[in-house]
This record gives sequence, structure tokens and C-alpha cells, in this order.
Amino acid sequence: MLVEAGHFALALALGLSLIQFIVPLWGARAKDPVLMAVAPASALAVLACIAFSFLALTFAYVNSDFSVLNVVQNSHSAKPLIYKISGVWGNHEGSMLLWVLILALFGGVVALSRNSIPMRLQANTLAVQASITIAFLLFILTTSNPFTRVIPAPLEGQDLNPLLQDPGLAIHPPLLYIGYVGFSISFAFACAALIDGRIDAVWARIVRPWTLGAWAFLTLGIAMGSYWAYYELGWGGWWFWDPVENASLMPWLAGTALMHSTVVMEKRDALKVWTILLAILTFSLSLLGTFLVRSGVLTSVHSFAVDPERGTFILGILILFIGGSLALFAWRAPMLKQGGLFAPVSREGALVLNNLFLASACATVFIGTLYPLALEVLTGEKISVGAPFFNFTFLPLIVPLLLLLPLGQTLAWKRGNFLGTAQRLYAVFGIALLATLAMFALEHGGPVAAPLGVGLGLYLVLGSLNEIVTRSWSKGTPMAVAWRKARGLPRSAWGTAIAHAGVGLTVIGVAATAWGVEAIGSLKPGERLNAGGYEVRLERVVPRIEANYREDVALLTVFGSGRELGTIETMKRLYVTRGMPTTEAGIMTVGLGQIYASIGEIQADGSIGMRLYHKPLVLLIWIGSLVMAAGGALSLTDRRLRIGAPARAKAVPPTAVPAE
Amino acid sequence: MRFVLAVLAALLFSGSVFAVQPDEVLRDPALEKRAREISSGLRCLVCQNQSIDDSDAQLAKDLRLLVRERLVAGDTDAQVRDFLVQRYGEFVLLKPTFGTHTLLLWLTPALVLVLGAIGAFVAMRRRPRLATALDAEEQKALDDLLKRDEGV
Repeated sequence: MLVEAGHFALALALGLSLIQFIVPLWGARAKDPVLMAVAPASALAVLACIAFSFLALTFAYVNSDFSVLNVVQNSHSAKPLIYKISGVWGNHEGSMLLWVLILALFGGVVALSRNSIPMRLQANTLAVQASITIAFLLFILTTSNPFTRVIPAPLEGQDLNPLLQDPGLAIHPPLLYIGYVGFSISFAFACAALIDGRIDAVWARIVRPWTLGAWAFLTLGIAMGSYWAYYELGWGGWWFWDPVENASLMPWLAGTALMHSTVVMEKRDALKVWTILLAILTFSLSLLGTFLVRSGVLTSVHSFAVDPERGTFILGILILFIGGSLALFAWRAPMLKQGGLFAPVSREGALVLNNLFLASACATVFIGTLYPLALEVLTGEKISVGAPFFNFTFLPLIVPLLLLLPLGQTLAWKRGNFLGTAQRLYAVFGIALLATLAMFALEHGGPVAAPLGVGLGLYLVLGSLNEIVTRSWSKGTPMAVAWRKARGLPRSAWGTAIAHAGVGLTVIGVAATAWGVEAIGSLKPGERLNAGGYEVRLERVVPRIEANYREDVALLTVFGSGRELGTIETMKRLYVTRGMPTTEAGIMTVGLGQIYASIGEIQADGSIGMRLYHKPLVLLIWIGSLVMAAGGALSLTDRRLRIGAPARAKAVPPTAVPAE
Repeated sequence: MRFVLAVLAALLFSGSVFAVQPDEVLRDPALEKRAREISSGLRCLVCQNQSIDDSDAQLAKDLRLLVRERLVAGDTDAQVRDFLVQRYGEFVLLKPTFGTHTLLLWLTPALVLVLGAIGAFVAMRRRPRLATALDAEEQKALDDLLKRDEGV
């Protein structure tokens, strides 16, 4: 019953989205505040319906209701509760439902911030937002209904893919989707501005927090996915240039560019047309990602042709929204007035360069991901584009950007002085250079890339923080005064410095992977394997049986510089229902590095294949990403971005919460 | 979810995830290093976007052994790659060769960068100058003001 109600709520949401699409658009044209006021009301109603629908499906999962096809295919009564819940979005239908839920959530938040957004802009934005909701609800209802029943209901489910039975699944997709879908708000604002034919610094000020928030979530989502792949796939890689990863990297690169160009637009009223285009492109790339993954076109062009219904539908959505918004752009953009002037050497100029490099990097990932598909469709020729291609083309575009980053951050707005700026960074250059030379001296002919990369990372970290120092301290300033000044700097300045320092940390982590050591061997109990100053001893291999899988566990003792550091376990698991084997890596963290072991087949003579890695500083890759996102979040709390904050603060009644 | 599907596809084609087996490793470390380097640039043909170095499909294992066999026989790196391309087509290379069929692929990054730079430059030039010099009338007005101040 609840399942049918959930299905019905989804259909109801479709009807309400139609209202949310048509009425406000009409109202904005007719300048009728009553019609425009329909927008927030219907957005909230849509949110309520989709949330109910999502809860209904979650309820079916938690109760293991095997009369629902989706639950049968992706759940099992013996599965732990957390994986029953996260299993809701561990499949195609449920993940699309999560997608529209987040879309509606964002719509709801826009609806509630009516004090800070001009009414016409809000009405138009919510209408554009509704058009996306309509498309995706139609997609779910016609091709991917999660509420389909099966009669007779089977007694047991087919279980969730074992790789997905991991806390990673509970966190990774929601974060990623909040990022992806968050850009739909920037997109909707951009389209609304085009419809209205008006765009100014106020627009940028309203849109910037949404972009910033979406970007921070996408950063976390990608980092989380990368770490998940790292520990779950068992061969120690953290980024594979897989089309599916590229699908999330493209909106991230475009979103990063958007975030920066919005700053220029807000502060200097320049780059308007470009910013609008970027907002459209960023969400288009999110849609493209959805298409690439959901249509099955990646596995092969042929699998797309075999099950064309979903693929064709999403392709249609893609063409409609990308084509439509670009057409709108081509039609209306020439009417937008250009503003703020600036000299080539200025903060604006530096941000133009930032956008240029990021857009080129994004185009590189785009062509590398789609070229093989296009070539096969057009000529039938099959080529592969993998990690070697991307490393070769992507790095030359990113390294110059990183080299310019601290300089750009230090340049003045409007008209900067390049030499003066470089002077402020002398100390930073010096320290980074000395550190690089020291590393070269210490490693005695080790990999060349590592010291250079770590030096670059160091330069980024110091260069970013240097901005805070030079803005609050000069020779002769007492520390107390400097500290007070630093604390008085706007939160967005701190956020920028911290996010950029995060980039530096990630660069250090990535570069240090070149120092990693790998050892492969086959061990019998009692034997040892050595990798880069660390050693493991295989103690024994024991079988273990859990509720939904059984496993062989290898117990390893880790030694480092002659003493015992502890034990780690690495497993080969067999998930019974699906008969699917997985490898669980054993990881020990030492400082910022990790010792990583995974086992292979047990051989006839009783020995066991083992891969052992020492990965120095590897955690910095993800710590850096967390710091980046934290910088974004800090920037989000800047007073300037909390429009209407003083009014809201006054409206808060004296606390009504009872004491504990 | 994107990642999930990749994982799914990878799993469909590979049993447990364990690539280079201990018994495959060559005794000569220099040769083994070359073998690993070549392997990481070759696609496991039955997998989705995995190199033979990462994959543990049977085919990947066969290819890894083949690469090592050729290296032991004294082939150069290029010869090994050519040998595999002859057998399996260009599909086996994870970094496609530069040719007419991949022109657009290889040139796009540079093309976007250059065209973007030109576009930005032109857009900048089309705008009026940031600060134009004062015309004669303005200069005179300014001089008058300055003179008046000096006179005080």
C-alpha cells in the first residue's frame, strides 16, 4: 500500500512540477506577483511529494518487502541495516530517485530564501528548475520505476552487489549528487537571467554561494569515491581516468572555473557573458555524466543499442536542455551589457587565465572520454584512450595553472603590478626551491617527478597562506596586532587561502606516490615480504563465516625500522548469494603514509600470493581535498554572502529550548 | 553511482582483483621494470578501461606473459608494442598513436587553449582602454584647478 502511495506521490510531483514550470513563467512575464508566488509554494509541494516517495522506497528496503522488484534485485534480508538503507540508491532506479530528491531539495531551499532573491528572478529560476524535475520524473516514471511489484513475491532477495556493501556507498553517491544537482541551481539562475535579459553583480552575489556549496560537495564526493576505489579495489590505485570518473571530473573542472569567474562578476561586474555560459556548461556536463553512466553507452556502443529505451530518453533530455539553454544563450546573451574594465595584469586577468586553463583541461577530459565512442560510431574504428593519454595531456595544462595560482591570488584587482606581486612571494619561492633541492639531494637518483611535485605543492601551500600573512603583518608589527588583523580578515579571504592550500596538499600527496614501493611475492605462514623499509610477516590464513559472506583472512604482522608496528588483516571474500568474490585490502596508516597489503590466490603448495605497497604521504591526496572543501565551506559563511542575515538574526525569538 | 558502474563492469570481467602474479615476475629487475611500464600502457581487451597490469583476467595474464617473453627474447619496448598492435589492433594501446584518425583527439587540448587565449585577447582589445589620456579640454581644466590651488 505504502509502495503504491509512493508511486502515486511521484506522479503527483510530476503534475505539481508542471504547475511550478508554467505558472511562475507566465507570472514573471505578466509581472503578476500572485502567479509568481506559486513558484515557491509548488516547489515545496514537489519536495514533499518526492521526499514521501523516497521514504516509501526506503521503508520497503528496510522491511525487506520482496514484493517490490527493485528490493528483490538489490537487497537481502540478512544484509546489515545500513546497507539496506544505502541499497536504496545502490541501483539505477533508486539512484535516479535520489537524483530528483536532491533536485527538489535544492528547489525547496531556493523557495525558502525568498527574502534574499528578487521575486522575478526566483520565479524564473524555480520554473527552469521545474523543467528539469519534469524531465527526470518522466524518465523515472516511464522507464525506471522503482515501485514495480512482482507477483508472486520471492522469499529472498538477490542481495546487493558486494562491492557496494561498504560505508562508501552510504556517503559517496549522495555527496556526488548534491554536487552535480547543485549546479542545476546555477544553471537555473543563468537561464532565468537570460529569460529576464538582466544580469548584474547582485545576480552573481546570489548565485555564488550555490556554486560554492555545490562545488564543495562535489569535491568531497569525488575524493570519497577515489578513496573508496583505493581501498576497495585492492590494487592501490586512487584515480584510473575511467570514463565514469571523468564524468564527475568534468563538472568539477567547469564548476571550479565557474566559481572563480563568479567572483570576478560579483566584485568587478566583468565576465558576465562568460559566467553565464560556464553556468550552462557546468550543469550540461553534469547531465552528460548522468547520460554516460545511465545509458550504458560506456560499456560499449552496442549495449546502448541493445537497451535503447533509457539511453535514448536521457539523450533526449541532454539534447533538450543543453541545446535549449545554448540556444537561449545565443539569443539573449548579446543583450547583456558588459561591465567592469581591467588591465591584463590584474586579479581579473589572472582569473581569466585560471578559466582558460581549467576550460582547456575540461575539454581534454571531454574529448578523451568521448572520442573513442564518436570514432567507433562514425568510422567503426576502435581505439582506447586511457590513463597514459590523460597524464600526457592533462598535466601540461594543470601545472602552469598551479604555478600561477599564488601569483594570481596576490595580484591586486583592476590593475596589478607583476614584479611587486612576485616580490611578495620571494620567501615562498625560496623555501619551496630549497626544499626541492634538499629532496633531490636526499633521494639519490630516485624519481625526478616526486621532488618537483612536492616542491610545487609546498609552494602552493606557503603561497596561499602568504596572502594571509602579508595582509595582516609587515615588519615591525607586534604579533598581537597581526593576529587581530588576520582574524579580522573576511572569511572569504581565509576560505580562499585554505582551499588553495588544500590544492597544494593534494599535489604533494599525488607527487609522493612516485616514491611508493611495491613488492609482489608468494608467502607461506612465517615468511616475510619487504617493501620500502617496511616488512610484513604472514602469520596464518584463517577461514571465517559471516551472515552474507565467507572469507579467508590473512593475518599479517607489520614491522618497520626493526620493531613491530601491529597487525593488519587482508581478506578474500565470497558473497554467497551472488557467488561473487572480492578482495579486502589490509591497510595500516603510519603518519601520513600507508602500508597496503592485498592477497591473491592460495596456491597448491599452500603459499599465498601477496601484493604489498608502501605509499608515503598518500593520505594527503584526500586530506587536501577535505581542506579544499573546508575552505569552500568557510568562504560560504562569509557575511557578505549571507544576504539578509541581519534581518534574520533580529527575527530569531529568544531561545525557547528548555534547559537540559 | 558513476564509480559504482565502473566497478560493476570491471568485476563482470574479472574474478578476484589481483593482477601481476608472483610467478610471472622476471628475475632481471630492469627487464621486469620495463615489462611493468609497457603493461600499464596496454589495454586488457576484455575489460573496461583497465590495463593488463591492473587486470587479472586470463587474457591480461596471457598478454603480460607475452610481453615478458618478447622482452626476454631481446625486443625493444617499441617492438613489443608493435607486435601487440599487429596482433590486436590499435585498440590495445591505452595511449593512441598520433595519426589522421586521432588528429582531433590529440590537437583538442592545444586548440582549445590557443583559441581560448585568442578569444580572451580579442575580447580584451575590443573594450575601451582602461584609462585613456586626458583630452586637451580636461587637461586645461585640471591645470586651472592646480594653478588656483597653488595661488592660495
